[in-house]
Amino acid sequence: MDHAALLLSLRLAAWTTLILLVVGLPIAWWLATSRWRWKFLVEAVVALPLVLPPTVLGFYLLLALGPRSPLGQAFESLAGHTLPFSFEGLLLASVLYSLPFAVQPFTAALAGVDRRLIEASWCLGVSRFQTFVRVVLPLSVTGILSGMVLTFAHTLGEFGVVLMVGGNLEGRTRTASIAIYDAVQALDYASASRTALVLLVFSFVVLALTYGLQRRVWASWPTRS
Amino acid sequence: MKAIVKGALAAGVLLIVAAGFMAGLRAPAPSPERKQTLTIAAASDLKFALDEFLAEFRARHPDASIQVTYGSSGNFLAQISNGAPFDVFLSADVAYPRKLAEQGLVDEKEPVFLYAVGRIVVWVPEGSPLAVESLGMEALREPAARRIAIANPQHAPYGRAAEAALKSLGVHEAVKDRLVLGENIAQTAQFVQSGSADAGIIALALALAPAMKGQGRYWEVPLEAYPRMEQGGAILKRAADPELARRFRDELLGPRGRALLGRYGFSLPGE
Repeated sequence: MDHAALLLSLRLAAWTTLILLVVGLPIAWWLATSRWRWKFLVEAVVALPLVLPPTVLGFYLLLALGPRSPLGQAFESLAGHTLPFSFEGLLLASVLYSLPFAVQPFTAALAGVDRRLIEASWCLGVSRFQTFVRVVLPLSVTGILSGMVLTFAHTLGEFGVVLMVGGNLEGRTRTASIAIYDAVQALDYASASRTALVLLVFSFVVLALTYGLQRRVWASWPTRS
Repeated sequence: MKAIVKGALAAGVLLIVAAGFMAGLRAPAPSPERKQTLTIAAASDLKFALDEFLAEFRARHPDASIQVTYGSSGNFLAQISNGAPFDVFLSADVAYPRKLAEQGLVDEKEPVFLYAVGRIVVWVPEGSPLAVESLGMEALREPAARRIAIANPQHAPYGRAAEAALKSLGVHEAVKDRLVLGENIAQTAQFVQSGSADAGIIALALALAPAMKGQGRYWEVPLEAYPRMEQGGAILKRAADPELARRFRDELLGPRGRALLGRYGFSLPGE
């Protein structure tokens, strides 16, 4: 079992979840409330990572972040190293790759909040931001939590993008999924299966809890009254 | 009841995410600025030999943090050209470090060096009906060789050597539709070792590795059947600790390294 790789995966997943919470909520709020004619195009862009192979995303990221691109050069002059083959580069890739896993549940949750409650709050003189924090968020907390958990679990299992832009550096970009890939190639099946089992169990538990949370009908739960 | 279950579930989710957060955010970011670091990009055929070499090297340099990544030499060339932070590159084909030297990425004071000559074998798993020892490359014509694994000739030197040997021994036409390509030579070996492929053309160094020894039979391809695989390396200009990189290279090229590489089935430069 590769502890360094598992820890790195956790670190990557935690930061990705945090960033997508901050970035994803405004996007989701706009998607849930906007009446713009071309909104469906934005929805399509948000959903792209669901259908694009990681190689496509990885390829464009390498081009966009590499030492030959203005963005890559700007980052290099700031941080002193290139974005690909670094934790920051992986983080950026993960944020893009897990975007729909955060934004879609967020949007569904925010859209599910009764519009009348929001307008009532406005009529009582509460500002839009205050209303969002005190009315909308508490009412959609289950969906937001689901989005966060899905983002976390999805990032934990990322492979293709990491392989393309990570460079497999121990402690910096060697995530759990890459460590499994390496262990299999090194014919070290024992180590591969231990790390794989950790990911399998963790993913199952997280998903079971998430779907349990979303379950509406607890009435069918056997009770002893 | 309902509220209790829901509350318990919500608490569970929060607990897991929080635990992940704590573990994740608290995980120490490794400081690449630490004194005495060495990051090596090495061709996959070195996996077992270099692991053994580094175990000794680390023991003699307890203060140094030495990390190694194995992969396809061609991919490393692309990654290093794009700024991947490696200090030393050990390629399965000396042409790659030479290309990096042309791009000005190699330490000018330290020329590209040769460290080994690679050899290839046709390998089949223990229970295989293919008689590689007596038939050699011809065994691959048998219908029992439904899937034959070689490394990807596009970016793996061992793949190019395998392809050249298949062509020069006149078997390529007959088997080209049955080839499966490994991403690098270690993955290729894994394909045959696991029985997913019926036969494979892999590095002798991997056939002799503890994990593969006794699991199969092999026939060494004559050296004249494919272009000589001069394996070379370089110390990169961006090396964090050039002194340590030089020491690593000198020991690899010295008697200790040569003996070890010889034991793992490499011919040595100058032999």
